[in-house]
Formats: sequence, structure tokens, C-alpha cells
Amino acid sequence: MSSHGIKDKVAIVGMGCTPFGELWDKSAGDLLVDATQEAFTTSGIDKDAIDAYWLGVAGSGSSGLVLSTALKTEFRPVTRLENMCATGSEAFRNACYAVASGAYDVVMATGVEKLKDSGVSGLAKANPPHDGTLSQVTAPARFSLLAPAYSEKYGVPRAELKDVMTRIAWKNHYNGARNSRAAYRTEVSMDTIKAAPQVAGDLGVFDCSGVSDGAAAAIIVRAEDAYKYTDKPLFVKALSFVAGAGKGSLDPGYDYTTFEECVRSVSDAYAQAGVTDPRADLAMAEVHDCFTPTELILMEDLGFSERGQGWKDVMNGVFDLDGELPVNPDGGLKSFGHPIGASGLRMLFECWLQLRGEAPQERQITTSGKRYGMTQNLGGYPGECVSFVAIVGPELG
Amino acid sequence: MAVEAARVALKGTEAVPASVFLATADPAYQDKTNATAITAALGLGEDVLSADLTGAVRSGAAAFHAGLRGDGATLVLLSDIRTGLPGSVEERDGGDSAAAFVLGSEEAGPLVAEYLGGASTSGEFLDRWRRPGDSRSQVWEERFGEGQYLPLAKRALQRGLESAGLTVDELDRVIVTGLHARSVKSFARAAKLGGDRLVDDLATTVGNSGTAHPGLMLASALDAAEPGEVIAVIVLADGVDALFFRTTAHLGQARSSRPVADQVAEGRTDLAYSRFLTWRGQLQLEPPRRPNPERPAAPPSSQRAAWKFAFAGSRCACGHAHLPPQRVCVKCGAVDRMTQERFADRRATVATYTIDPTYTIDHLAFSMSPPNVAAVIDFDGGGRYASELTDCDPDEVAVGSRVEMTFRRLYTSGDVHNYFWKARPVTGNTVAGEESA
Repeated sequence: MSSHGIKDKVAIVGMGCTPFGELWDKSAGDLLVDATQEAFTTSGIDKDAIDAYWLGVAGSGSSGLVLSTALKTEFRPVTRLENMCATGSEAFRNACYAVASGAYDVVMATGVEKLKDSGVSGLAKANPPHDGTLSQVTAPARFSLLAPAYSEKYGVPRAELKDVMTRIAWKNHYNGARNSRAAYRTEVSMDTIKAAPQVAGDLGVFDCSGVSDGAAAAIIVRAEDAYKYTDKPLFVKALSFVAGAGKGSLDPGYDYTTFEECVRSVSDAYAQAGVTDPRADLAMAEVHDCFTPTELILMEDLGFSERGQGWKDVMNGVFDLDGELPVNPDGGLKSFGHPIGASGLRMLFECWLQLRGEAPQERQITTSGKRYGMTQNLGGYPGECVSFVAIVGPELG
Repeated sequence: MAVEAARVALKGTEAVPASVFLATADPAYQDKTNATAITAALGLGEDVLSADLTGAVRSGAAAFHAGLRGDGATLVLLSDIRTGLPGSVEERDGGDSAAAFVLGSEEAGPLVAEYLGGASTSGEFLDRWRRPGDSRSQVWEERFGEGQYLPLAKRALQRGLESAGLTVDELDRVIVTGLHARSVKSFARAAKLGGDRLVDDLATTVGNSGTAHPGLMLASALDAAEPGEVIAVIVLADGVDALFFRTTAHLGQARSSRPVADQVAEGRTDLAYSRFLTWRGQLQLEPPRRPNPERPAAPPSSQRAAWKFAFAGSRCACGHAHLPPQRVCVKCGAVDRMTQERFADRRATVATYTIDPTYTIDHLAFSMSPPNVAAVIDFDGGGRYASELTDCDPDEVAVGSRVEMTFRRLYTSGDVHNYFWKARPVTGNTVAGEESA
């Protein structure tokens, strides 16, 4: 398999991101207008300059018309796509390729989701007609399997692991409390997190990400054109996406302490970007903290921690806002909720702010000369998922 | 329940049923045959007559008659759920059960019991009735029914004994059953059938399971009987059926692997009345704040019938097992080198498990019996599957727990019942497979 990547061929020159939350007074179209307008006005790029659009939306609409009718884009191509929880990231990836191919000069990747309008808890997914044998096991239950498996494999007592999970939730809420766009903007004490009612297995309410509405957008151009639009572009270093074969669901060898899909996509991304030591090269990472054990496992799958050591690094504050490698400095899915089409682009928006030194002072990270930022999504379940990784940086090379 | 009973029955015989008759007063569907789902769940294939005898309580005895007269081996299934309004005598005295028998001539396989003869009488009188769909049966004043039943029972017994060439004194075990309890008691007394040879009616443990009850009592009698005993089955239901059997020497080698008495002993007494009422549809619980489960669609259910009903996965030529069945091997990548393999009768081990969202929190998971326990299970001989656990105490599930599969109704949506398999902890007397090394 070859994966050549498009390092330094395209750049982000404008971004927008709405506040996330229970946005009862906005439609999906309204949110797309808000996110794209912010990208247009802050970048000074006119809507008419956009040659083509990509729209990530999972359940809040279908077809490119969701965007074109809301924005009144005049006869531009709008590609709508869905790829589970990586939907927003996929809009970005495919938009980048279109520019890299030379097909378009200026494109926009957008993503939106209105989860709150359904009135149900969690994510609601419409299934095609089926035979009734689909698993009824919920997402929290599926991901809760990670905790006892990790505990068993590395000899970390369940109670101690709960402290690790609690610290992850605490950290992300701490960061989210410093973000005006986050849906949940208060710090939550570790005692509150630990004492929260049980949802599934060892997962309490605060071990689960929330449900919210939101939208985000990014304008992408060829790298050589980037400085025409902004003094501080973000260059795309790597884009990787893999869909798993569902091995974990079918193979008794799978032990629920890793997402092989994430390992594969990150190693592809590191090869594209030339990252050899993630902790030395990455100034920050936005990862898919759908549930707290997911973030723990990802620290190891993404190579931030040695196998079996991630829990110690979490407890030692390595991934805190002022740690060696800040993870989810914007507050993550924990603080933003997870409007599926928007989340990937929301993560990218934090790289946009942090790597350009534009994050609010109370959560601005110290890059210490590190060049790159990462965003990562996974969609599906342990053993059967898709994974996306992007690496971006403010300078060429 | 019928599938469960049938699996036990078929385990004890080499006979392959050519017909499957399901008798129940409480069918899941009208118009549509219910026995077909059972035939499919048992993996019996298409060359089988699957038919229902439904509605009347007498259908149970009728299915026996049909089996005794049929060609080849017949799987006779008696299954019933006795419903009644909260606080009613029907609710108090009723029970649920299913029993399965393979009937046929010696050509189909060695007999456990030989049919000696019998007789039936019928009478048209209004003793017990129910409109289709009602959860409540209505009964006439019981002394009226007694007056109707006693003469019919007397004639049936007399003619049956003549047909079988027996006298009352030659009967070793006597089953007298029917939902008209007063007649059952007084007839047994009047016909001098009482005493030690009267088979326990299980009224205090199971309750009267109507259509299924003659089967349940016969199964119980066969569990206890010795070879060469004569067993009488007398059923009072809109007339009377009297059937006589003699157990054979083969009985000792073909006992049920799940004796009735053992199942009664395994029974639990901790079911909350409120939950019982929920299961009976008499008490509506707050539904989860989640979309309702979609009804199963007919074409995919049919296309994947071997999976959905028979729990058949696939095994690649390389040896890797897949549940659900796959065309492309996850291990070696070979395409269409799979053979179908039934996992329903194989045991598995819990690899990992979790307690799913409960009603105490957020109403996330749809369940008639919260909390849900979800487990990833690995089958003996290969094959992994994530299954819901049922009939289990969440506190007693552990990694390494042994489980077997059981055919259940997962939910009903859009008036379609969704049948599929769940795993349950292996108890002393099991349905599926043998403990492997």
C-alpha cells in the first residue's frame, strides 16, 4: 500500500467555528451560515472566491443542498459526505485533496450537526432496513469494555483506573472552562466526576461526552498561494484515514486495549509528516475523547505514551494544558459535545488558534518550538471503527 | 419456550422430524404460521411441514393426536402463556411452560414410550372463552362446567381403556389435567384415579399452563417413570382426551437433559410483581429516551434466515469462524470459501462484559428486563460474538463465565416480533452442547 500524502501542498487560510451547545434557536442552515461567515470575515475572503465546498453532516440533512440553499452559493459544487464520527474531518480531507489535485484554487470544508433537535439521548442513527439482529448494545457500553480490559492487561486496579478516567474528564473540563465556544464551560471537581451516576460499566455520566449542536468551516488553498490570504496560514502536513475490517468483532484475539485502526492511521500520518517522536514534534493534539477510556487508549495508540504507561502519564499531567503534550486544550468532546459533522473541524479550529498564537491567554499553550498540531477522530466501536488523523503546522517543512 | 423445549427433545433422539406442530392458545401471530420460526430456529430445513394448532386450549391434546397419526417423525410442541388481569384467579393459578415430544413409529428411532390407544369426546358448552387479543379469559360458574365435564370424561376414559386394552388398575401413572380445576379433581376422585399414581399437577410451582400443561405433566411423568409403566393422559378441554402409553426399555437411555423437577428447583422467587406485570403488558414503563427499535424488515430477515433464526455463522476453509456469517475471511482474506456452521448448540466463554445503561439513569437501552448485560463471548472451537446476556445475575457474571445460546423475542416493533438469540449462563442442566475439554 502506498500513501504519499500531500505535505505542504495545501494550507488553511481561514476558519470559523460556532459556539457549541443546545442551540434551540438555530437550524443546521443557520449554524452553517454562522461558521462560514466567521471564516469569510476573519480571512477577508469573499464567498464568490470559493470554487467548491465539502459538507460533513451525518444526520441533520442530506445532499449538498443543505449548504448551498443556506448560503445561497451560486452553482458551486457541494459534496456532502458522512463517515461516522470522523464526518467533519472527512470533509476537510477530501477538500484538501481537491486543491492538491489542481482541480480548484480555493475550497471550503464545512461541517454541521444538530443533535439536540431529536429529543433523544445520545446519538440517533437511522439504520437501513435490517434483519433485527443488529446489536442493541449502546455506545457507552461498548466503550466501557476498554476499562476492565486495560485494568486486566496492565494490572491497574479498577479503582485506580477510575481515578485516571476521572483525571481525563477533569482536565478536559478544566480546558473547556477556558473556552467561550465550549458547550460546558465550568470546571468540574474530581469528586463530582467520580460520584456521578453510573452509565455503563465503570463509566459515569462525566466519563461520557455530551450531545450538542455546532458547525465549523475551513478555507483551503494551494500552499504557494497561502500568504496571499494570511500572514499565518496552517500548512497541511498529513491526512490519514482508515476503515477497519471489523477484525475485533470477529476475532477472539482482540483484547479491547487498542484501536488498531488508530494505530494504522497515525503511523501513516507520521510517515507523511515526517514525525518520528510525537512528544518532541507535536505541540498539541485534539483527540477523540468520546469516553474517558478512549482518550487513555489513544495516548498509547497515537504513540504519546508507551504501552501500559498511558495511565501514569495522565496522572502525571503530561497531557494537561501546561503539560509536555497538551491534549484537547479546547476542552475536547467532553466540553463541546459531539455534533458529528462539526467535531473534526472544531478540533482543527483549536489547532488554528493555538498554533497561530491566537488562543485566549487563559488556555494558550506553550509550543516550545514544536512544529505541529494533530487532530484525530474515530467512529464506530472498539474492534470495528474508522480513524482519521491530520497533522498541521504554521510553517513549511 | 417451544424452541427451548424442542432443542432438549431433539437432543435425545436420532429422529429427524418431517412435521412440526405447534399448539398454543396464545400465538404470537395470526394468519402467519408461528411454527415456521421454530423450525427455522431448530435448523430443520425447508422440507418440513410446519403448522400451528392455535386458539383453543385443547390444541395441545390435538397436536398429540396429529402426531400420533402422522407419517414419519413429528415434533409436537405444546406452549402456552396464561394471562389474566392483575389480582385475578387466572393470574394467580396460571403458569407458562412448553413441552416438546418427537412422535413417530419405531422406524424413525427407538421409542421411549409406546402409544397403546385412546379416545376422545367433545361437548359444546360455554365454560371458558376469550376473544382473540384479550388478556383475560372469561369462565362460567364452575359447577355448570363440572356437570358438563364429568360425563364426557367418564366416557372418554372408558372408551380409551377399551381401545388400549387396559383396566384402571393397570395404570401406573395418571395425568388428569385441564383448566377446569374442579372437574379435574372430582373426576380423578370419581374414577378412582387418585392416590400415589396421580402425577403432581405442578399447581404450586409452575401453575396451570393450559395448552402446554398435559405436555409438561407427561414430561414430568417420563422423567420419573421406569421402563414398562403405563401412563394415562386425560385432558379436560371442551371435551376429554384420554391417551395411554407404555414406557419402553429405551427410556433409561433417552431421558430429558433438563428434567422438569430440576427446572422447578432452579426457579427463582425474586421476580418483582411490577416487573411481572410489565412483561405481561399490564404495566407500562417509561420508555428510554431513545428512538424505538426499528421493526425487522422482511427481505433481510429472510435473506439472513440461517443467521437470524438458526444462529448459523460461517467458517472459512482456513478455519476461522465468523458470526455473523461473512463472505470474505477476516483472517486470510479468502472470498467465498465459507461453509455454514450452526453455533446455537455450542457453548461459549465470556471474554469481557459490561452492564449497559440502566433505568436508574438515562433510559438509554431498550430492555424489558434492565439492567442489560452485554458480553463479548468466544465460542468453543472458535468464533466471537457480542451478545446480550439473559437469565443472569449481573453480580455473578465474570470474565470466563460459561454461556449457552437461547432463542428469545428481543422486542416487538411495528407489530413485528423480533426473534433472535441471546446468551445465558450455563446452569446445571443445559440445553446446548456438552462441556468440552
